[in-house]
Amino acid sequence: MLKDITLGQFFPGSSPIHRLDPRTKLILLVVYIVALFLAKSWVSYGVMLAFLLVVIKISAIPPKSIVRGMKPVVMILVFTGVLNLFFTREGEVLVHFWIITVTSGGLQRAIFMMARILMLITGTFLLTYTTSPISLTDGLESLLNPLKKVHVPVHELSMMMCIALRFIPTLIDETDKIMSAQKARGADFENGSLMERANALIPILVPLFIGAFRRADELATAMECRCYQGGEGRTKMKILRYHRNDLKAFGTGAGVLVLVCILAAFGL
Amino acid sequence: MNPILEVKNLTYIYSAGTPFEHKALDNVSFSVHRGEFIGIIGHTGSGKSTLMQQLNGLLKPTSGSVLLDGRDIWADKQQTRQARFRVGLVFQYPEYQLFEETVYRDIAFGPKNMGLSQEEIQRRVLEAAGFVGITQQQLQVSPFDLSGGQKRRVAIAGVIAMEPEVLILDEPTAGLDPVGRAEILQNIENYRKAKNATVMMVSHSMEDVARLTDRLLVMNGSKLAMDGPPQEIFSHAQALLDMGLSIPQVTQVFLHLQKMGLDVKNVYTIEQAVAECKRILGGAAHA
Repeated sequence: MLKDITLGQFFPGSSPIHRLDPRTKLILLVVYIVALFLAKSWVSYGVMLAFLLVVIKISAIPPKSIVRGMKPVVMILVFTGVLNLFFTREGEVLVHFWIITVTSGGLQRAIFMMARILMLITGTFLLTYTTSPISLTDGLESLLNPLKKVHVPVHELSMMMCIALRFIPTLIDETDKIMSAQKARGADFENGSLMERANALIPILVPLFIGAFRRADELATAMECRCYQGGEGRTKMKILRYHRNDLKAFGTGAGVLVLVCILAAFGL
Repeated sequence: MNPILEVKNLTYIYSAGTPFEHKALDNVSFSVHRGEFIGIIGHTGSGKSTLMQQLNGLLKPTSGSVLLDGRDIWADKQQTRQARFRVGLVFQYPEYQLFEETVYRDIAFGPKNMGLSQEEIQRRVLEAAGFVGITQQQLQVSPFDLSGGQKRRVAIAGVIAMEPEVLILDEPTAGLDPVGRAEILQNIENYRKAKNATVMMVSHSMEDVARLTDRLLVMNGSKLAMDGPPQEIFSHAQALLDMGLSIPQVTQVFLHLQKMGLDVKNVYTIEQAVAECKRILGGAAHA
Protein backbone atom coordinates (compact mmCIF):
# COMPACT_ATOMS: atom_id res chain seq x y z
CA MET A 1 0.00 0.00 0.00
CA LEU A 2 2.59 2.53 1.10
CA LYS A 3 5.11 0.81 -1.12
CA ASP A 4 3.12 1.78 -4.21
CA ILE A 5 4.37 5.34 -4.00
CA THR A 6 6.54 5.87 -7.08
CA LEU A 7 7.31 9.54 -6.68
CA GLY A 8 11.04 10.03 -7.03
CA GLN A 9 11.76 6.33 -7.39
CA PHE A 10 14.86 5.21 -9.23
CA PHE A 11 14.65 2.48 -11.90
CA PRO A 12 18.10 0.96 -12.19
CA GLY A 13 19.13 0.46 -15.82
CA SER A 14 21.89 0.97 -18.32
CA SER A 15 20.21 2.91 -21.13
CA PRO A 16 22.08 5.83 -22.72
CA ILE A 17 19.84 8.14 -20.67
CA HIS A 18 20.84 6.37 -17.45
CA ARG A 19 24.52 6.74 -18.33
CA LEU A 20 24.36 10.47 -19.03
CA ASP A 21 26.15 12.73 -16.59
CA PRO A 22 23.65 13.86 -13.92
CA ARG A 23 24.64 17.49 -14.60
CA THR A 24 23.70 17.05 -18.24
CA LYS A 25 20.32 15.71 -17.25
CA LEU A 26 19.70 18.51 -14.76
CA ILE A 27 20.62 21.23 -17.28
CA LEU A 28 18.56 19.53 -19.99
CA LEU A 29 15.57 19.38 -17.65
CA VAL A 30 15.82 23.16 -17.13
CA VAL A 31 16.13 23.69 -20.89
CA TYR A 32 13.16 21.37 -21.44
CA ILE A 33 11.01 23.28 -18.94
CA VAL A 34 11.93 26.64 -20.49
CA ALA A 35 11.11 25.32 -23.95
CA LEU A 36 7.83 23.93 -22.67
CA PHE A 37 6.80 27.38 -21.42
CA LEU A 38 7.80 28.99 -24.71
CA ALA A 39 5.65 26.58 -26.68
CA LYS A 40 2.43 28.31 -27.72
CA SER A 41 1.12 26.40 -30.71
CA TRP A 42 0.14 22.91 -31.86
CA VAL A 43 3.37 22.66 -33.83
CA SER A 44 5.70 23.52 -30.97
CA TYR A 45 3.76 21.27 -28.57
CA GLY A 46 4.14 18.54 -31.16
CA VAL A 47 7.90 19.08 -31.24
CA MET A 48 8.12 18.91 -27.43
CA LEU A 49 5.96 15.78 -27.29
CA ALA A 50 8.08 14.06 -29.95
CA PHE A 51 11.24 14.94 -28.01
CA LEU A 52 9.76 13.58 -24.78
CA LEU A 53 8.56 10.35 -26.40
CA VAL A 54 11.98 9.74 -27.97
CA VAL A 55 13.68 10.22 -24.59
CA ILE A 56 11.21 7.83 -22.91
CA LYS A 57 11.85 5.29 -25.66
CA ILE A 58 15.64 5.51 -25.24
CA SER A 59 15.43 5.37 -21.44
CA ALA A 60 13.61 1.99 -21.64
CA ILE A 61 11.40 2.94 -18.67
CA PRO A 62 8.15 0.95 -18.94
CA PRO A 63 5.43 3.47 -19.96
CA LYS A 64 3.15 1.76 -17.41
CA SER A 65 5.29 3.01 -14.53
CA ILE A 66 5.18 6.55 -15.90
CA VAL A 67 1.40 6.43 -16.17
CA ARG A 68 1.16 5.08 -12.61
CA GLY A 69 3.28 7.97 -11.36
CA MET A 70 0.69 10.38 -12.78
CA LYS A 71 -2.07 9.25 -10.44
CA PRO A 72 -1.42 11.84 -7.71
CA VAL A 73 -1.72 14.76 -10.15
CA VAL A 74 -4.99 13.70 -11.78
CA MET A 75 -6.97 16.08 -9.54
CA ILE A 76 -4.78 19.07 -10.40
CA LEU A 77 -5.06 18.17 -14.08
CA VAL A 78 -8.84 17.98 -14.00
CA PHE A 79 -9.05 21.24 -12.04
CA THR A 80 -6.80 23.09 -14.50
CA GLY A 81 -8.66 21.68 -17.47
CA VAL A 82 -12.09 22.62 -16.13
CA LEU A 83 -11.06 26.15 -15.09
CA ASN A 84 -9.51 26.95 -18.45
CA LEU A 85 -12.33 25.36 -20.38
CA PHE A 86 -15.15 27.31 -18.75
CA PHE A 87 -13.52 30.62 -17.88
CA THR A 88 -11.76 31.52 -21.09
CA ARG A 89 -13.79 33.72 -23.46
CA GLU A 90 -11.85 33.69 -26.72
CA GLY A 91 -12.59 32.72 -30.29
CA GLU A 92 -15.96 31.43 -31.38
CA VAL A 93 -18.53 30.00 -29.03
CA LEU A 94 -18.83 26.21 -29.35
CA VAL A 95 -21.38 25.45 -26.63
CA HIS A 96 -23.63 27.85 -24.82
CA PHE A 97 -25.87 26.42 -22.13
CA TRP A 98 -27.33 28.31 -19.14
CA ILE A 99 -24.26 29.98 -17.52
CA ILE A 100 -21.77 27.64 -19.17
CA THR A 101 -19.96 28.88 -22.23
CA VAL A 102 -17.29 26.89 -24.00
CA THR A 103 -15.25 28.73 -26.58
CA SER A 104 -12.73 27.39 -29.09
CA GLY A 105 -10.03 29.46 -27.40
CA GLY A 106 -10.93 27.97 -24.04
CA LEU A 107 -10.85 24.45 -25.40
CA GLN A 108 -7.41 25.01 -26.91
CA ARG A 109 -6.06 26.60 -23.76
CA ALA A 110 -7.42 23.78 -21.57
CA ILE A 111 -5.71 21.18 -23.76
CA PHE A 112 -2.45 23.14 -23.81
CA MET A 113 -2.40 23.67 -20.05
CA MET A 114 -3.10 20.04 -19.33
CA ALA A 115 -0.48 18.92 -21.83
CA ARG A 116 2.01 21.32 -20.30
CA ILE A 117 1.49 19.99 -16.77
CA LEU A 118 1.59 16.38 -17.96
CA MET A 119 4.77 16.89 -19.94
CA LEU A 120 6.37 18.89 -17.14
CA ILE A 121 5.79 16.10 -14.64
CA THR A 122 6.78 13.34 -17.04
CA GLY A 123 10.04 15.18 -17.72
CA THR A 124 10.90 15.51 -14.04
CA PHE A 125 9.92 11.90 -13.45
CA LEU A 126 12.28 10.81 -16.21
CA LEU A 127 15.12 12.52 -14.38
CA THR A 128 14.45 10.76 -11.06
CA TYR A 129 13.62 7.46 -12.77
CA THR A 130 16.94 7.34 -14.61
CA THR A 131 19.24 8.97 -12.04
CA SER A 132 20.05 7.50 -8.66
CA PRO A 133 19.55 9.92 -5.74
CA ILE A 134 23.28 9.83 -5.00
CA SER A 135 24.39 10.89 -8.47
CA LEU A 136 21.56 13.42 -8.60
CA THR A 137 22.82 15.22 -5.49
CA ASP A 138 26.37 14.84 -6.78
CA GLY A 139 25.41 16.61 -9.97
CA LEU A 140 23.50 19.28 -8.11
CA GLU A 141 26.43 19.96 -5.83
CA SER A 142 28.77 20.26 -8.78
CA LEU A 143 26.40 22.63 -10.61
CA LEU A 144 25.93 24.83 -7.53
CA ASN A 145 29.65 24.93 -6.76
CA PRO A 146 30.11 28.52 -7.93
CA LEU A 147 27.76 29.61 -5.11
CA LYS A 148 30.43 28.60 -2.58
CA LYS A 149 32.14 31.88 -3.48
CA VAL A 150 29.28 33.72 -1.80
CA HIS A 151 29.38 31.39 1.21
CA VAL A 152 26.42 29.20 0.40
CA PRO A 153 27.01 25.85 2.18
CA VAL A 154 26.57 23.86 -1.03
CA HIS A 155 28.20 20.66 0.18
CA GLU A 156 26.20 20.59 3.40
CA LEU A 157 22.97 21.23 1.53
CA SER A 158 23.60 18.43 -0.93
CA MET A 159 24.59 16.10 1.90
CA MET A 160 21.31 16.88 3.66
CA MET A 161 19.36 16.22 0.50
CA CYS A 162 21.24 12.98 -0.07
CA ILE A 163 20.48 11.74 3.44
CA ALA A 164 16.83 12.76 3.18
CA LEU A 165 16.42 10.84 -0.08
CA ARG A 166 18.28 7.85 1.28
CA PHE A 167 15.94 7.55 4.27
CA ILE A 168 12.60 7.78 2.43
CA PRO A 169 12.39 4.02 1.76
CA THR A 170 13.60 3.25 5.29
CA LEU A 171 10.94 5.43 6.85
CA ILE A 172 8.23 4.00 4.60
CA ASP A 173 9.24 0.52 5.76
CA GLU A 174 9.18 1.66 9.35
CA THR A 175 5.75 3.25 8.97
CA ASP A 176 4.44 -0.01 7.59
CA LYS A 177 5.85 -1.91 10.55
CA ILE A 178 4.49 0.50 13.15
CA MET A 179 1.05 0.47 11.50
CA SER A 180 0.98 -3.33 11.64
CA ALA A 181 2.07 -3.32 15.28
CA GLN A 182 -0.66 -0.84 16.27
CA LYS A 183 -3.27 -2.69 14.22
CA ALA A 184 -2.30 -5.81 16.15
CA ARG A 185 -3.28 -3.85 19.27
CA GLY A 186 -6.64 -3.09 17.74
CA ALA A 187 -5.95 0.37 16.28
CA ASP A 188 -8.37 1.22 13.48
CA PHE A 189 -7.18 3.53 10.71
CA GLU A 190 -9.98 2.98 8.22
CA ASN A 191 -13.19 3.73 10.10
CA GLY A 192 -14.51 6.59 12.18
CA SER A 193 -15.01 10.32 11.80
CA LEU A 194 -12.35 12.70 10.54
CA MET A 195 -11.44 13.58 14.11
CA GLU A 196 -11.13 9.93 15.15
CA ARG A 197 -8.97 9.17 12.15
CA ALA A 198 -6.69 12.11 12.89
CA ASN A 199 -6.37 10.85 16.45
CA ALA A 200 -5.59 7.36 15.15
CA LEU A 201 -2.47 8.81 13.54
CA ILE A 202 -0.84 9.67 16.88
CA PRO A 203 0.17 6.07 17.64
CA ILE A 204 1.96 6.03 14.26
CA LEU A 205 3.51 9.49 14.22
CA VAL A 206 5.03 9.49 17.71
CA PRO A 207 7.04 6.26 17.25
CA LEU A 208 7.94 7.32 13.71
CA PHE A 209 9.39 10.66 14.85
CA ILE A 210 11.23 9.07 17.75
CA GLY A 211 12.64 6.50 15.35
CA ALA A 212 13.74 9.22 12.92
CA PHE A 213 15.53 11.12 15.70
CA ARG A 214 17.17 7.94 16.89
CA ARG A 215 18.40 7.18 13.38
CA ALA A 216 19.68 10.72 12.92
CA ASP A 217 21.61 10.42 16.17
CA GLU A 218 23.14 7.10 15.17
CA LEU A 219 24.01 8.41 11.72
CA ALA A 220 25.69 11.49 13.19
CA THR A 221 27.76 9.30 15.52
CA ALA A 222 28.73 6.99 12.67
CA MET A 223 29.77 9.95 10.51
CA GLU A 224 31.85 11.44 13.31
CA CYS A 225 33.53 8.08 13.92
CA ARG A 226 34.66 8.23 10.31
CA CYS A 227 36.00 11.76 10.85
CA TYR A 228 33.49 13.36 8.50
CA GLN A 229 34.09 17.09 8.34
CA GLY A 230 32.17 18.50 5.40
CA GLY A 231 33.24 19.62 1.98
CA GLU A 232 36.66 21.08 2.79
CA GLY A 233 39.41 18.98 1.23
CA ARG A 234 37.05 16.10 0.43
CA THR A 235 37.72 14.00 -2.67
CA LYS A 236 35.17 11.93 -4.56
CA MET A 237 35.18 8.27 -5.41
CA LYS A 238 33.28 8.86 -8.62
CA ILE A 239 34.45 12.02 -10.35
CA LEU A 240 31.87 13.46 -12.73
CA ARG A 241 33.09 13.76 -16.30
CA TYR A 242 31.28 14.76 -19.48
CA HIS A 243 31.42 12.19 -22.28
CA ARG A 244 30.59 12.19 -25.99
CA ASN A 245 27.00 11.26 -25.27
CA ASP A 246 26.61 14.31 -23.01
CA LEU A 247 27.75 16.49 -25.90
CA LYS A 248 25.17 14.90 -28.17
CA ALA A 249 22.49 15.38 -25.53
CA PHE A 250 23.39 19.05 -25.12
CA GLY A 251 23.26 19.45 -28.92
CA THR A 252 19.81 17.89 -29.10
CA GLY A 253 18.53 19.97 -26.20
CA ALA A 254 19.85 23.20 -27.70
CA GLY A 255 18.33 22.21 -31.05
CA VAL A 256 14.89 21.69 -29.54
CA LEU A 257 15.07 24.99 -27.63
CA VAL A 258 16.13 26.94 -30.72
CA LEU A 259 13.44 25.25 -32.81
CA VAL A 260 10.73 26.18 -30.30
CA CYS A 261 12.10 29.76 -30.12
CA ILE A 262 12.02 30.12 -33.90
CA LEU A 263 8.51 28.69 -34.05
CA ALA A 264 7.44 31.16 -31.35
CA ALA A 265 9.04 34.03 -33.27
CA PHE A 266 6.94 33.12 -36.30
CA GLY A 267 3.86 33.04 -34.11
CA LEU A 268 3.46 29.29 -34.36
CA MET B 1 -10.18 -31.31 21.91
CA ASN B 2 -10.64 -29.00 18.97
CA PRO B 3 -7.61 -26.98 17.86
CA ILE B 4 -7.77 -23.26 18.65
CA LEU B 5 -5.95 -22.29 15.45
CA GLU B 6 -6.00 -24.18 12.20
CA VAL B 7 -3.96 -23.21 9.16
CA LYS B 8 -5.07 -24.89 5.96
CA ASN B 9 -3.08 -24.86 2.71
CA LEU B 10 -2.02 -21.31 3.33
CA THR B 11 -0.26 -19.60 0.43
CA TYR B 12 0.72 -15.96 0.37
CA ILE B 13 2.28 -14.04 -2.51
CA TYR B 14 3.70 -10.54 -2.03
CA SER B 15 3.02 -7.97 -4.79
CA ALA B 16 1.14 -10.53 -6.90
CA GLY B 17 0.99 -9.59 -10.57
CA THR B 18 4.02 -7.28 -10.54
CA PRO B 19 7.65 -7.95 -11.46
CA PHE B 20 8.41 -7.95 -7.71
CA GLU B 21 6.13 -10.97 -7.10
CA HIS B 22 7.44 -13.18 -4.32
CA LYS B 23 5.94 -16.29 -2.77
CA ALA B 24 6.41 -15.93 0.99
CA LEU B 25 4.27 -18.89 2.08
CA ASP B 26 3.70 -22.03 0.07
CA ASN B 27 0.88 -24.41 1.02
CA VAL B 28 1.45 -24.33 4.77
CA SER B 29 -0.85 -26.42 7.00
CA PHE B 30 -0.80 -27.11 10.74
CA SER B 31 -3.03 -26.82 13.78
CA VAL B 32 -2.43 -25.47 17.24
CA HIS B 33 -4.04 -26.58 20.51
CA ARG B 34 -4.82 -24.67 23.67
CA GLY B 35 -1.92 -24.37 26.12
CA GLU B 36 0.80 -25.42 23.67
CA PHE B 37 4.17 -23.65 23.65
CA ILE B 38 5.36 -23.69 20.06
CA GLY B 39 8.71 -22.55 18.74
CA ILE B 40 9.05 -21.37 15.15
CA ILE B 41 12.53 -21.60 13.71
CA GLY B 42 13.80 -20.90 10.24
CA HIS B 43 16.41 -19.02 8.27
CA THR B 44 15.96 -15.28 7.62
CA GLY B 45 13.44 -14.88 4.80
CA SER B 46 11.94 -18.35 5.25
CA GLY B 47 8.46 -16.89 5.81
CA LYS B 48 8.25 -16.89 9.63
CA SER B 49 7.25 -13.24 9.99
CA THR B 50 4.73 -13.49 7.15
CA LEU B 51 3.19 -16.56 8.76
CA MET B 52 2.78 -14.73 12.08
CA GLN B 53 0.98 -11.84 10.45
CA GLN B 54 -1.41 -14.27 8.77
CA LEU B 55 -2.48 -15.73 12.10
CA ASN B 56 -4.13 -12.57 13.45
CA GLY B 57 -5.48 -11.26 10.18
CA LEU B 58 -2.95 -8.53 9.42
CA LEU B 59 -2.27 -10.12 6.06
CA LYS B 60 -4.92 -11.81 3.94
CA PRO B 61 -4.01 -15.20 2.47
CA THR B 62 -3.67 -15.40 -1.31
CA SER B 63 -5.22 -18.86 -1.00
CA GLY B 64 -6.00 -21.21 1.85
CA SER B 65 -7.49 -20.25 5.20
CA VAL B 66 -6.82 -19.58 8.86
CA LEU B 67 -9.46 -20.90 11.26
CA LEU B 68 -9.82 -19.58 14.79
CA ASP B 69 -11.97 -21.93 16.87
CA GLY B 70 -13.16 -23.48 13.64
CA ARG B 71 -14.24 -20.20 12.03
CA ASP B 72 -12.45 -18.51 9.14
CA ILE B 73 -10.95 -15.23 10.39
CA TRP B 74 -11.71 -13.64 7.01
CA ALA B 75 -15.38 -14.71 7.00
CA ASP B 76 -16.49 -11.15 7.83
CA LYS B 77 -15.18 -7.94 9.39
CA GLN B 78 -16.32 -8.98 12.84
CA GLN B 79 -14.31 -12.21 12.69
CA THR B 80 -11.16 -10.39 11.56
CA ARG B 81 -11.45 -7.88 14.39
CA GLN B 82 -12.02 -10.71 16.87
CA ALA B 83 -8.89 -12.45 15.57
CA ARG B 84 -6.83 -9.28 16.20
CA PHE B 85 -7.82 -9.39 19.88
CA ARG B 86 -7.82 -13.12 20.50
CA VAL B 87 -4.49 -13.66 18.77
CA GLY B 88 -1.95 -11.22 20.24
CA LEU B 89 1.06 -10.41 18.11
CA VAL B 90 4.29 -8.97 19.51
CA PHE B 91 6.54 -7.75 16.72
CA GLN B 92 10.32 -7.67 16.68
CA TYR B 93 11.70 -4.79 18.75
CA PRO B 94 8.21 -3.94 20.03
CA GLU B 95 9.60 -1.05 22.12
CA TYR B 96 9.68 1.02 18.92
CA GLN B 97 5.88 1.15 18.91
CA LEU B 98 5.51 2.87 22.33
CA PHE B 99 3.89 6.28 22.02
CA GLU B 100 1.86 7.26 25.09
CA GLU B 101 2.75 9.72 27.84
CA THR B 102 2.78 7.14 30.61
CA VAL B 103 3.47 3.43 30.77
CA TYR B 104 -0.02 2.89 32.11
CA ARG B 105 -1.70 4.55 29.14
CA ASP B 106 0.48 2.70 26.66
CA ILE B 107 -0.42 -0.69 28.11
CA ALA B 108 -4.08 0.41 28.17
CA PHE B 109 -4.09 1.18 24.42
CA GLY B 110 -5.04 -2.36 23.37
CA PRO B 111 -7.78 -2.93 25.99
CA LYS B 112 -9.19 0.54 25.22
CA ASN B 113 -9.48 -0.37 21.54
CA MET B 114 -11.41 -3.46 22.61
CA GLY B 115 -14.04 -1.16 24.11
CA LEU B 116 -13.77 -2.45 27.68
CA SER B 117 -14.97 -0.59 30.78
CA GLN B 118 -12.61 1.61 32.83
CA GLU B 119 -12.48 -0.90 35.69
CA GLU B 120 -11.76 -3.81 33.37
CA ILE B 121 -9.02 -1.82 31.61
CA GLN B 122 -7.44 -0.99 34.94
CA ARG B 123 -7.57 -4.59 36.12
CA ARG B 124 -5.96 -5.80 32.91
CA VAL B 125 -3.22 -3.16 32.88
CA LEU B 126 -2.25 -3.96 36.48
CA GLU B 127 -2.30 -7.67 35.82
CA ALA B 128 -0.26 -7.37 32.62
CA ALA B 129 2.25 -5.13 34.38
CA GLY B 130 2.49 -7.77 37.09
CA PHE B 131 3.26 -10.51 34.56
CA VAL B 132 6.23 -8.60 33.13
CA GLY B 133 7.47 -7.17 36.42
CA ILE B 134 6.61 -3.48 35.93
CA THR B 135 6.15 -1.75 39.30
CA GLN B 136 3.38 0.63 40.37
CA GLN B 137 5.72 3.63 40.25
CA GLN B 138 6.90 2.75 36.76
CA LEU B 139 3.31 2.79 35.51
CA GLN B 140 3.21 6.55 35.96
CA VAL B 141 6.49 7.46 34.23
CA SER B 142 7.02 8.07 30.51
CA PRO B 143 7.90 4.87 28.66
CA PHE B 144 10.77 6.75 27.01
CA ASP B 145 12.52 7.18 30.37
CA LEU B 146 12.85 3.43 30.86
CA SER B 147 15.81 1.22 29.92
CA GLY B 148 15.75 -0.90 26.76
CA GLY B 149 14.79 -4.10 28.55
CA GLN B 150 12.03 -2.37 30.52
CA LYS B 151 10.61 -0.77 27.36
CA ARG B 152 10.48 -4.22 25.78
CA ARG B 153 8.53 -5.52 28.78
CA VAL B 154 6.08 -2.62 28.64
CA ALA B 155 5.48 -3.33 24.96
CA ILE B 156 4.86 -7.02 25.64
CA ALA B 157 2.52 -6.07 28.50
CA GLY B 158 0.61 -3.93 25.97
CA VAL B 159 -0.29 -7.10 24.08
CA ILE B 160 -0.74 -9.32 27.15
CA ALA B 161 -3.26 -6.78 28.52
CA MET B 162 -5.62 -7.76 25.70
CA GLU B 163 -5.50 -11.26 27.23
CA PRO B 164 -5.03 -13.07 23.93
CA GLU B 165 -5.74 -16.78 23.88
CA VAL B 166 -2.84 -17.17 21.47
CA LEU B 167 0.25 -15.06 22.12
CA ILE B 168 2.68 -14.85 19.20
CA LEU B 169 6.10 -13.28 19.67
CA ASP B 170 8.73 -12.50 17.03
CA GLU B 171 12.15 -12.87 18.64
CA PRO B 172 11.12 -11.34 21.97
CA THR B 173 14.66 -11.53 23.37
CA ALA B 174 16.61 -10.09 20.42
CA GLY B 175 19.25 -7.60 21.53
CA LEU B 176 18.82 -8.14 25.30
CA ASP B 177 21.46 -9.18 27.84
CA PRO B 178 21.30 -12.73 29.31
CA VAL B 179 19.46 -11.62 32.47
CA GLY B 180 16.89 -9.65 30.44
CA ARG B 181 16.40 -12.63 28.11
CA ALA B 182 15.79 -15.05 30.94
CA GLU B 183 13.32 -12.68 32.60
CA ILE B 184 11.28 -12.08 29.47
CA LEU B 185 11.09 -15.79 28.71
CA GLN B 186 9.98 -16.43 32.29
CA ASN B 187 7.29 -13.67 31.98
CA ILE B 188 5.94 -15.35 28.85
CA GLU B 189 5.89 -18.77 30.48
CA ASN B 190 4.09 -17.31 33.51
CA TYR B 191 1.39 -15.81 31.32
CA ARG B 192 0.91 -19.10 29.47
CA LYS B 193 0.53 -21.08 32.70
CA ALA B 194 -1.80 -18.55 34.35
CA LYS B 195 -4.20 -18.21 31.42
CA ASN B 196 -3.75 -21.63 29.78
CA ALA B 197 -2.84 -19.61 26.69
CA THR B 198 -1.09 -20.84 23.59
CA VAL B 199 2.29 -19.30 22.93
CA MET B 200 4.08 -19.27 19.57
CA MET B 201 7.57 -17.86 19.60
CA VAL B 202 9.93 -17.17 16.72
CA SER B 203 13.49 -17.55 17.93
CA HIS B 204 17.01 -17.98 16.63
CA SER B 205 18.20 -19.44 19.92
CA MET B 206 18.03 -23.22 19.66
CA GLU B 207 18.82 -23.43 23.39
CA ASP B 208 15.75 -21.34 24.26
CA VAL B 209 13.30 -23.25 22.07
CA ALA B 210 14.74 -26.60 23.21
CA ARG B 211 14.29 -25.70 26.84
CA LEU B 212 10.87 -24.00 26.69
CA THR B 213 8.75 -25.34 23.86
CA ASP B 214 6.96 -28.63 23.49
CA ARG B 215 6.68 -28.41 19.73
CA LEU B 216 8.73 -26.90 16.91
CA LEU B 217 7.72 -25.67 13.46
CA VAL B 218 10.62 -25.42 11.04
CA MET B 219 10.17 -23.05 8.11
CA ASN B 220 12.38 -23.37 5.06
CA GLY B 221 12.01 -21.66 1.69
CA SER B 222 8.38 -20.54 2.29
CA LYS B 223 7.36 -24.09 3.22
CA LEU B 224 6.72 -25.81 6.53
CA ALA B 225 9.65 -28.23 6.50
CA MET B 226 9.22 -30.00 9.84
CA ASP B 227 6.67 -30.14 12.65
CA GLY B 228 7.24 -32.08 15.83
CA PRO B 229 8.58 -32.16 19.39
CA PRO B 230 12.09 -30.71 19.88
CA GLN B 231 13.78 -34.07 20.50
CA GLU B 232 12.48 -35.35 17.18
CA ILE B 233 13.38 -32.18 15.26
CA PHE B 234 16.89 -31.99 16.71
CA SER B 235 17.57 -35.62 15.82
CA HIS B 236 17.62 -34.45 12.19
CA ALA B 237 20.76 -32.45 12.80
CA GLN B 238 22.07 -32.65 9.25
CA ALA B 239 18.78 -31.56 7.68
CA LEU B 240 18.66 -28.53 9.99
CA LEU B 241 22.23 -27.58 9.14
CA ASP B 242 21.39 -27.83 5.43
CA MET B 243 18.61 -25.26 6.02
CA GLY B 244 21.12 -22.89 7.53
CA LEU B 245 19.90 -23.59 11.06
CA SER B 246 21.78 -25.09 13.97
CA ILE B 247 21.08 -27.43 16.89
CA PRO B 248 21.68 -26.70 20.58
CA GLN B 249 25.36 -26.80 21.50
CA VAL B 250 24.82 -29.55 24.02
CA THR B 251 23.15 -31.67 21.33
CA GLN B 252 26.18 -31.13 19.11
CA VAL B 253 28.48 -32.34 21.88
CA PHE B 254 26.44 -35.48 22.45
CA LEU B 255 26.18 -36.26 18.73
CA HIS B 256 29.96 -36.03 18.66
CA LEU B 257 30.21 -38.37 21.64
CA GLN B 258 28.02 -40.86 19.77
CA LYS B 259 30.32 -40.66 16.78
CA MET B 260 33.24 -41.42 19.05
CA GLY B 261 31.51 -44.62 20.01
CA LEU B 262 30.02 -43.63 23.37
CA ASP B 263 26.58 -45.10 24.01
CA VAL B 264 24.65 -41.92 24.88
CA LYS B 265 21.12 -40.85 24.00
CA ASN B 266 20.23 -37.70 22.05
CA VAL B 267 19.82 -34.79 24.45
CA TYR B 268 18.78 -31.23 23.77
CA THR B 269 18.80 -29.47 27.13
CA ILE B 270 21.45 -29.03 29.79
CA GLU B 271 19.29 -30.87 32.34
CA GLN B 272 19.01 -33.93 30.12
CA ALA B 273 22.74 -33.79 29.44
CA VAL B 274 23.50 -33.76 33.16
CA ALA B 275 21.19 -36.73 33.74
CA GLU B 276 22.75 -38.62 30.83
CA CYS B 277 26.28 -37.90 32.09
CA LYS B 278 25.35 -39.14 35.51
CA ARG B 279 23.87 -42.29 34.03
CA ILE B 280 26.99 -43.06 31.97
CA LEU B 281 29.42 -42.21 34.75
CA GLY B 282 27.33 -43.97 37.35
CA GLY B 283 27.16 -47.06 35.16
CA ALA B 284 30.92 -46.98 34.61
CA ALA B 285 31.56 -46.73 38.34
CA HIS B 286 29.55 -49.88 38.98
CA ALA B 287 31.18 -51.84 36.20
